[in-house]
Amino acid sequence: MLIASYLALAAILFVIGLIGVLTKRNAVIVLFSLELMLNAANINFVTFSKMGLVPNLNGQVFALFNVVVAAAEAAVGLAILFAIYRNRETIDAEKLNLLKG
Amino acid sequence: MEITGEFIAFFILSVLAICGAVFMIFFTNVVHMGVSMAFTFLSIAGIYFLLNADFLAVIQIMVYTGAISILMLFGIMMTRHKETEEKLNRPIHYWLSIAGAGVLLVSLVLLSRGATFVSDSVDTKGYGIAKIGELFFGTYMIPFELASILLLVALIGSIIMAKKEGQE
Repeated sequence: MLIASYLALAAILFVIGLIGVLTKRNAVIVLFSLELMLNAANINFVTFSKMGLVPNLNGQVFALFNVVVAAAEAAVGLAILFAIYRNRETIDAEKLNLLKG
Repeated sequence: MEITGEFIAFFILSVLAICGAVFMIFFTNVVHMGVSMAFTFLSIAGIYFLLNADFLAVIQIMVYTGAISILMLFGIMMTRHKETEEKLNRPIHYWLSIAGAGVLLVSLVLLSRGATFVSDSVDTKGYGIAKIGELFFGTYMIPFELASILLLVALIGSIIMAKKEGQE
């Protein structure tokens, strides 16, 4: 199995997540796409941990830390969205323009 | 390239993962988007199994397809004001984003094909959960404890932020 196939899969998932982040209007879906981008990075870590130039377990350990940070980010992000929804009655990303000059 | 079991498994799993993600982009019902993302996360767990990362695959199923998908579905249901998602009102922004992402994809794939970082011998005998535990409580002792502090801080912070204001 070629290493390039795994890297290409990770690149495709990352780009789809990027499109979701840039074009979706529901802020929860934007957070979800962010998780997809982090997951694509994790695939790269695990791929290099098996087939990289120096294959060892450090890649998997790093991916596990990445999962921890992603879970914390999802929880805090969702709490922020709840606070925004309570104050503005919407989580539409286009209408959240309070900081716009 | 000869057809092996690993190739077939990789093909099926990657098609499932990419289909889930692409459907997420094109669905209009927000709940359907969440469910298709759960399928993508499940297929990524299968990819981890192919890469000898069994522990990480189980963690992926528990944390992503279990916890985060359900959390996001709850978030969708508690903040929903309309069923369907509309497209962005700004066509220039929309098409520029897609074009930029496409350029990024092409350059990433070309770079990963051109570079040579393939090792000759793949030895995955020591890739068990016991070795991961040794690494966590040996080399990565301090980051491991920091990760637990981070989770605690995220727990407290999200409770405080999601709490109603002015409620003591």
